[in-house]
Order: sequence, then C-alpha cells, then structure tokens
Amino acid sequence: MQFMLLFSRQGKLRLQKWYVPLSDKERKKISRDLVQTILARKPKMCSFLEWRDLKIVYKRYASLYFCCAVEDQDNELITLEIIHRYVELLDKYFGSVCELDIIFNFEKAYFILDEFLLGGEAQETSKKNVLKAIEQADLLQEAIEQADLLQEVRLLTDP
Amino acid sequence: MALKIVKGSIDRMFDKNLQDLVRGIRNHKEDEAKYISTCIDEIKQELKQDNIAVKSNAVCKLTYLQMLGYDVSWAAFNIVEVMSSSKFTYKRIGYLAASQCFHESTDVIMLTTNQIRKDLSSPNQYDTGVALTGLSCFVTPDLARDLANDIMTLMSHTKPYIRKKAVLIMYKVFLKYPESLRPAFPRMKEKLEDPDPGVQSAAVNVICELARRNPKNYLSLAPLFFKLMTSSTNNWVLIKIIKLFGALTPLEPLVGTAGSCLSSVSVLISLSSGMPNHSASIQALCIVSRPLSVLSLFVVKYLGLLAMSKILKTHPKSVQSHKDLILQCLDDKDESIRLRALDLLYGMVSKKNLMEIVKKLMLHVDKAEGTTYRDELLTKIIDICSQSNYQYITNFEWYISILVELTRLEGTRHGHLIASQMLDVAIRVKAIRAFAVAQMATLLDNAHLLTGNTQHSGICEVLYAAAWICGEFSEHLEDPMATLEAMLRPKVATLPGHIQAVYVQNAAKLFSTVLCGQEGAPADSKVAQETSQLLIDRLPVFVQSDNLEVQERASCILQLVKYIQKLQQKDVEVAEEVTALFAGELNPVAPKAQKKVPVPEGLDLDAWINEPPSGSESEDEGRKTKGKAVFAREESRHTKPRYTEVDEKELAMRREVRKAEQANNPFYIKASPSSQKVYQEAVGVEHIPVVQIDLSVPLKVPGMPMSDQYVKLEEERREKNKADRKKKDKKKRREKGRQRRGDSGPESEEDITPAHMVDIVTEEMPETALYTIPCLFPSQKSSKHKKKKQKKEKDKKKKHHHHHHSDGAREESVQNGTVEDEEPLPVSKQSPFSLSTQSNPCPLDVCDIQGNLHDGSQVVVSVIFENKCDSFIKSMEFNVMDSLNSKLQRPEGAGPHDSLTVPFHLPPGISSEARFIFSVQSIVMPQKLKGTLTFIVKTEDSSTHEKLDFKLHFTCTSYLITTPCYSVLCPDLNFRLNCFDAYAKLLESGDLKGSSLKLEGINQPFHHLLARICFHHHFSVVERIDSCASMYSRSIQGHHVCLLVKTADQTVSIDAKCDEPGLLRNVLDEIKLTFSQC
Repeated sequence: MQFMLLFSRQGKLRLQKWYVPLSDKERKKISRDLVQTILARKPKMCSFLEWRDLKIVYKRYASLYFCCAVEDQDNELITLEIIHRYVELLDKYFGSVCELDIIFNFEKAYFILDEFLLGGEAQETSKKNVLKAIEQADLLQEAIEQADLLQEVRLLTDP
Repeated sequence: MALKIVKGSIDRMFDKNLQDLVRGIRNHKEDEAKYISTCIDEIKQELKQDNIAVKSNAVCKLTYLQMLGYDVSWAAFNIVEVMSSSKFTYKRIGYLAASQCFHESTDVIMLTTNQIRKDLSSPNQYDTGVALTGLSCFVTPDLARDLANDIMTLMSHTKPYIRKKAVLIMYKVFLKYPESLRPAFPRMKEKLEDPDPGVQSAAVNVICELARRNPKNYLSLAPLFFKLMTSSTNNWVLIKIIKLFGALTPLEPLVGTAGSCLSSVSVLISLSSGMPNHSASIQALCIVSRPLSVLSLFVVKYLGLLAMSKILKTHPKSVQSHKDLILQCLDDKDESIRLRALDLLYGMVSKKNLMEIVKKLMLHVDKAEGTTYRDELLTKIIDICSQSNYQYITNFEWYISILVELTRLEGTRHGHLIASQMLDVAIRVKAIRAFAVAQMATLLDNAHLLTGNTQHSGICEVLYAAAWICGEFSEHLEDPMATLEAMLRPKVATLPGHIQAVYVQNAAKLFSTVLCGQEGAPADSKVAQETSQLLIDRLPVFVQSDNLEVQERASCILQLVKYIQKLQQKDVEVAEEVTALFAGELNPVAPKAQKKVPVPEGLDLDAWINEPPSGSESEDEGRKTKGKAVFAREESRHTKPRYTEVDEKELAMRREVRKAEQANNPFYIKASPSSQKVYQEAVGVEHIPVVQIDLSVPLKVPGMPMSDQYVKLEEERREKNKADRKKKDKKKRREKGRQRRGDSGPESEEDITPAHMVDIVTEEMPETALYTIPCLFPSQKSSKHKKKKQKKEKDKKKKHHHHHHSDGAREESVQNGTVEDEEPLPVSKQSPFSLSTQSNPCPLDVCDIQGNLHDGSQVVVSVIFENKCDSFIKSMEFNVMDSLNSKLQRPEGAGPHDSLTVPFHLPPGISSEARFIFSVQSIVMPQKLKGTLTFIVKTEDSSTHEKLDFKLHFTCTSYLITTPCYSVLCPDLNFRLNCFDAYAKLLESGDLKGSSLKLEGINQPFHHLLARICFHHHFSVVERIDSCASMYSRSIQGHHVCLLVKTADQTVSIDAKCDEPGLLRNVLDEIKLTFSQC
C-alpha cells in the first residue's frame, strides 16, 4: 500500500498516512486531487478506480471516506477488507466511532493504524492483538503521566 | 531547577492542547488562516521552553496542522527533541510527528540515527515498537545501512510483537539498502516457520513482496509455501501466498496459472467468510467460475470450489448457474477436488435440477474407479435425494429406479443404506407402493445377481428391503405366486441370517395374499393346496438354519401352513383367517411419536400382565421334548404327532415366557398398552420403523450381546451344580439319550437345571432366553450358544462354501478346476478331488477357481482344507510352481518360490477356506500348475512334518464369469425386451468366430442339460424356446461367448461363437468332458 487517506464529505482531510517517501508538495497535490475525484463519484459507483499508475480503493463509512492507494498488482478486494478491518478496530477502541473521535484523538487513530499496518503491509491481522498492544501502550503512557504529576506535586510541596 | 519545572507545568495549564486547537479551528471557520497563524506563533513559544511536556504538546498540535496542509518543516529539530525523550508518552508523539512530517530530504534525520538505535535496543518493547513504526515511514538509505544490523537482531527478539515489526520493516530496509538482503535472507526464511502466526504472516508478506520484484530467486521456496498454504488458516496469509504463486507463474509450469485468478478466488474466500452480505461476492463469482473452467491446476480448482461452497450458503442461486462446471470437476483426477465438488452438489440441488444432477452422478458411478470413491458417490446420491425429508424429489418412481440401479454396484458397503431408503420410501409414500413392489419383485427374482459369488457383499442387504416390501405390500404384486417362489429358493439359505428371517416372515405374508387370490377365484382348492405344499416343501431348509431367528420363524410358519393345508383338504376356506394374521395398515410414524402416547390411567407398565409361569413347568416340558427330538433331522419323523400338539395352550405359554423375557430385557421396547403399533428397530435398518409383527416373535435373540456374561454365569452355576448333582439322579437318567448322541455333552445338561428363568428379575435375563429356546423348540438342532468346542466336536457335517452339502465323507462338489493328488490313491469318478485317507490327513478341495471381474488378469482360487484325521494340523504352507502364464501372487518382498502360509490351524475334523490369487496372462488355454502343501501333524506325543503334492487345474471355464447378457449389453434394468435384440446384434456383428460341438447319447432332460452348462461352465440362459436355447457368458478379459444349444433324439448340438477362437475351442472341449462324465 502506498498511502491511506481519511477525509470527510466536505473534503477535509482527517488522517493521512504515507508509506512512500514524497515531498510535502507532492502529498498535498495527490490528496487534493483524490479527494475531489472521489467526492465527485456517485454513491452507487464502484469502489475501485484507476488513478495515475495506482489503484484507488475507497469506501464511505457514515460521513468519512476511507481511501487507500495500492499498486497495480495488488488486490482490490483485500484492500477493501483492510479498510473494513481498520474501521472495526477504530470502532472497538472508541466504541461506536464517529468522525469527531478521530478529529479529537487523531494521534490515537494513528497509533491504531500503526499497530495494524506497518510500512504499508498488514502487520497484525488479529483485532484482539492490535487492541491489546494499544491498550498496553496507553497504560504505559498513563503510568508515566501519573508519575510525572506526582513528581511535580512533590516538588511543589517539598521544595 | 525545581522551580523551573514547576513553572513549566503551571504554564501548561494555560496552554492550548490539541483538543483546544481543534475546537478553535472549528470555531473560526471564517478566518481559519488567521487563527492558525496565531496558533503557530504560540506553538513556537512553547517549543522554546525546556519542559518536554509542553514541547510534546506543541509537536502534537503541529502534526495536526501538518495534516491540514501547513508547513511544519521548520520544527523538525523540535520533533527530534521530543523523539529523544526518555518517556514513552512523549517519544510516542515525537515518532508520530516524525513519521508524518519527515521525508528523505529532511536533513535532521541524520541526527536521529543514534537515538533510534538506542530506542531499538530499549528494554521496553513499546519504545522499540514506536521506533520501528516511525522508522518504517521515514527510513532513508543511510538509516537503512546504519540500522540494518540492529533490525536484523530484532528479528530474533523474544517478543513476537517486536519480531513481527522487525520482519516487516526489513522489507523497507531491503528496498533502501539492497546489500542487506543477502545476509538477512536466511533469517527471514526462518521466520516463515515462526511459532507466532503474526510473525509468520509478516514474513510471508515480506517474501511475497520481494518475490514479486524478482521471482526467479524465490522459486526454491515454492514447496515451503505450498506447505504453508495447506496448513494456514489465516485467509490474509493465504491470499499473500497465492499472490506469490502468481508471481512465480511465468517461471515454473507447476505453479503456472494466472495469479490474479488465484488471488481473486482467495479474496473471495475471505470475503464470503468475513462479510457474508458483501455485494462484491456475487460479482466476483464470475471470477471463480472462470479459473474453474480454464485452469487445471488443482490449487485453483480447490480454492474455487471452496469459495463456491462458502458463497453457496449466502447466495445459492448464483452458484447453481455453474452446475455444469462443478459437474465437470467430478472428472478430475484429484480425489479431493471430486469430493469437494460432491459437497457442493449436495447444496445445489433443487426440485428442478435434482434428476439431472443425479443422472450425471450415476454416470460417474459407472465410470468411477476404486470402491472408496464409488461408495462416496453412492452415499452422496442418497444424501442428495433424501435431504430435508425428500424435499427435492418430485417423482418417487424415479427415485426407486435410482435405488434399484444402485444395487448393481459391485462390492459396495452401503447395501443397508440403499435398503433403508427403499423401506423408507415404500412405507412413507403410499402412491409409490405398486411401483416399488414391482421393482422389488424383480430384484428378488434376480437375487442371484446381487449376491453373486460373494455372500458377504453388503449389497445383499437390499434383499432385506425387497423381501419386506414385497411381503408387506403384497396386494400390489402382479404375480405373487412367482415372487413367493423366488423367495423360497434354496439359494436364499446362503444369505445372512437376518435377511433370511425377513424372507421367511414375508413369505408367510405372501402366502396369505396368494391364498386370497386363489380362493377368490372359482374354488380351485387344488391350486391353493399346491401353494401350501410349496411352502411345506421349501421351509424345512430354513427350519434347519443355524440362525435362531430364521429357525424360529420358519418352524412356526411351517406348522401354521401344515395346519392350513389340513383345513384346505377338508375344503375349509382359510384365506380370510390367514390374512388376518397380517392385517393392519402400516402407517409411518415419527421416531419419537411413541413418547406422545399417554399412558392410560390405572395402567402400571411395570406390573406383570400375566404372572410368569413357574420354572418347573417349562423345565418338564423342555425335558420331555428334548428327549424326543433335538436335531432338526429327526423333526420330520416326529413332526406329525408333535405339532398337532402345539396347541393353543403351548402357544399361549410360549408367548407368556417371551413377554416375561422382553419385560426384563432392557433391549426391548416394552409392549405398548394402546392399540397403537409399536415400532422397533430391526437388524440392519436402524432408522426404519418396522411394524412389530403380531406373532410376538422377537426380532433379536435376546442375550446375544451378553454372551460373555453368560459364560461367566454358566461357570459359576456349574460349580454350584456339581455339588447338587448327586441329588438329581432321576433327571440324569432322563437325559441319557442326549448324552449318548454326544449332542451337548454333560455340561449342557446342567443348562437345564432347575429353572431360574423368569423369577430372576435381573438385567442378566439372557440366561432364560438360552434355556427356554431349546426347551420350547425341540426341532432345532442345538443351541448355538453352547460352547463352541462342543459344537466342533459334534458337527461332523460341514457346510461348504458353495452350499453343497457333503454327505459325510467324500463327496465334495467342485465347481470347476480340480486338485489332483499325485499320490497313487483310488480316485472315484464323481469326486476326483477330495482324497481322504489315513495317510493323507489334510485333503484339499478346490472349491472354486474364480476370475476377478475387476482385473482381467487375476483369478481367485478358493481352497478348502479339511482335516480328516484325528490329530491337530498346523503350520500349513501352500506353494505353487509358477508357469510363464500363471503366477501365484505373493506378498511384496517374497521371492518367486516362497510358499504362502495358510492363515489358520486345523483341529481334527475341521475345514476352513483360504483364498489365493493368481495372476494369469493368457486365458485362452487351460493350465495345470503343480503345487505342494507342507504341514505339521501334531499328535499328543509327537509331531511329524508332512507334504502333499497336488495339481491345480485352471480350466478355460474358470475364466468365464456368469454374466447375464443384459448386464453387459443393455445395463438398463428394464431389460428383458432389449436384451434379445442386443444379443442378436452381437451375433450379427461378425466379430465373433464360430465353432460347434455335437454330443451323442445324452438322455437327460433339456433343462438339466442347460442347468449343467450354466452351473459348470458359468453360462446364463438368454432365451429358451422348446428344445433350443441361446446362452451367454463373458471372460474376465471381456470376450463374449455365445452358445446356441439344440437337442433332438439324444443328440445335442452346440453352435458357439466367441471373439477368441482358442478360448472357445477349449471351453467346448470342457463342456464335452462334463457330459462325457455323466
């Protein structure tokens, strides 16, 4: 997979993940073009389209479009399946995920994606394992934050 | 310092966090750019602070802004700062920002190398994890080169979480720094067999992607991937592997198939299992069908069929349209594909296509090689037809015909399955009965075809159903008399016991029907009496049966018929009464219907209906009758006086005893108090409700399954009785007669010691069964429950394989093929084969030399070894000198002159059969093979080694197989008419060479002559007109042999035709020999 984009019906980018090294300028151009192309398509149209030398696989979940670009030899159906799996993961993690969850916790959405895909390849196909890894990392983060807080409080009270 | 930190955290409270930023942007829709520029200014301030938490917050906001399209490259160094934090919380944000914002031209990346290396080796797996994740996005050739070794080490990390990330990132490293591939590849390959499925799938991913770029180098991995493909349950991995095979395609013909088809198919599998309602699955179906029709690679077919079977569950219609394609798969060489296709067919049938599908399957049955697959087909056909309560069958006549056709299968194990279907359909579908009965009657008439030469073939179970259906629904029979006759043929006695029992019982039903018909007509009492006479003539064979069930039923019915005949002689009309015996419509009842019958008020099912008779009474009865007749032989002498005595009283008593047994036997369904018919299981057709026959004859002999227990009990009792014996002189005297005849010896005497029959209410009731049956049925030979040893001692008579009863000593029938003893012994003409003298304790009887139908080069020789001396014979070894043409088949590894060990010992007076297989090349000439049998005769004090020479005579006849011409020439079972045509065509075809033979001075009736030819030379009669008959047979190698036999004035002329003149000449010579001997 070359990259993944999440954008709203209004064309606002909500998440982007690039697995190929591209300059910011190129990235911007690609995402702008793609968002326009996909939003112009009617709901009953096919989920796959050929775009430049890539295959674009997209699917709309509520107000969000999930869009992936894969290479020519890659399989569209399994890409669709990857998108679906990612949505399932988000849904499990946030509990009935909505667009706002992803906007306000966009770093979490990235963390989940990074546990699921790595370098554009599926890394872990088990939903359970992905979520377990995220939970563990979150716990670790909380523990550190609490320790920091305690340290600050100690410093304040005991100079 | 402390103050500084505290100040930082206080500042933080007033800082915007990410949420505030997002909210702010949403609130400033009109002047978003302006708002954001102020935010960026704030962020720049935050980044100048020392507090890492503040910095990290700023970086997080920047990452968000970067996504919105703002340039954040100026903050690259700050990102590196946050990445370098020792705390996971900030490191996580730092690496995320780096992965989003860095690209190859970002120069600060140079500075990160050491930091990343440190993180990779961190003891915390999540530190390592975020580093790897981040690296995967911004890895540069320099980073790849510098870190390749570290990452390679991580591939063997203890945590699978790290291993799988390391494996995946290696792909990026390979791309950026190809030199790393060579040293890393062995380890990568190793990971294909990692115990963790995640790591394994990661390795599959990487290698697949690598192979796609340069397939040639990865061909050697194909076997490993094949293995993974068959073992993996992870669809994602499967798809990757198939993609890999797609890449290998152009290079390796074995893998050579269109890869995209493969991956489409496998994605389908995942789709149909993961998202059952995904609309794509239907669209994709056409993709499946394409590879199925085009490609021959088994993997593709297999996957395609697998996918179809999954789609079938959700979209049956779309799969049904590919029926022909699936049927084609039945022709595949690979059995697993055929079986998969069969599974699919099962789900595909509908009312419309059932007949068509089954017809195709039937064709496959005919073609199928190997009994296993054929049996599988057979069960599938029946499964398909009978599924959901026959929901798809619109025409049951058709189904019956299918079942009848299936009976023609050679050597199937599923006779009982066919039988149960026949019964089920005949019972449940009333409209079909007339047709079913007609078909069953034909089956019965041709029973010899089914049973063939192997009595143990499972297909004869069908006769069970046929007999029962013909009996139960005999009113539909066109010619009940003919069927009755067919059911009472002597050959029936060779069928398994439970089938014979059904034959006997249903012969009685038929008898009643026949009587009805005959008495209805202008009273011709003679015809009716003849019918009775037929039964009286034929039933004794069954009365002598060694199966208790058969014996019991036969003797009961025989007496009944005799009584009827008596009444007939007095011109009493009996038909009505006889019919009443079997009156009552049989209704199909659900298996659990019995439970729904309420127990009437005031009925205690556990209470005795009749008090069990006291033991002494039946004991006396038993002893009295035993003295008179125990052997069936004697029965004929005693019959008349005895059976007139079988009066109401005794019948009633018999019934009571049995009721008592049944009440105590857990294996019996207790008699229902209501008039509702009770269904009970019959042997062999477990699932078919069979009406309990009104004679209260148990269908199973109680106690059989517990014979071991019985032996134990008997021994205990014997001990006890020894003490008591002296007191019972009187009884002993009475039984002396029996003892002298050596019937059951002193031990069985004790079996009849004071009756503890019905009083003992234990689960071990079978004892009573054992005592009562011999007591009440004096006509029976002897209870088979007695110890085997005794039986062997007394049973001097042997029933031989082909049911020719030898009359004690020498006369053994041999169908064809002989054993000639080379010792100079008197050889009588009738039986040159069985030579038994003192010096020759173990004569051989070749019972049968039989061609193997399935293999044109095999002949099976059955040899009966009978020990006629008084010593034990063991270690028999059988050997034959092979000729060029005929060879004894020896087990693998044995030399060409090794002898075969006969797999049994022979105690005195015992005979047993062994089979030997010979491979034969040419069947045109008869042959004699010399052989020797060596064995050890063991007497009490010594043992001697002895040798016996013999000759095996393979006649040409033994290569012929009795083949009714319709089964070859017109396999349809509605044959008779077409058969003659086909036979005529065969004769006219001109392929056959003629030859003829004249026999003078034959003064036996023509039908005897025909029977002799049929019997000795394996022919069957095609047609007979007056003194002229045409006959047919077929050799194991498929030669047709046709005979036209004519007789006039003691001269018989045989005109014969065959496609092999040599064979024909020899067969004719053998026929001539047969007739010259009589």
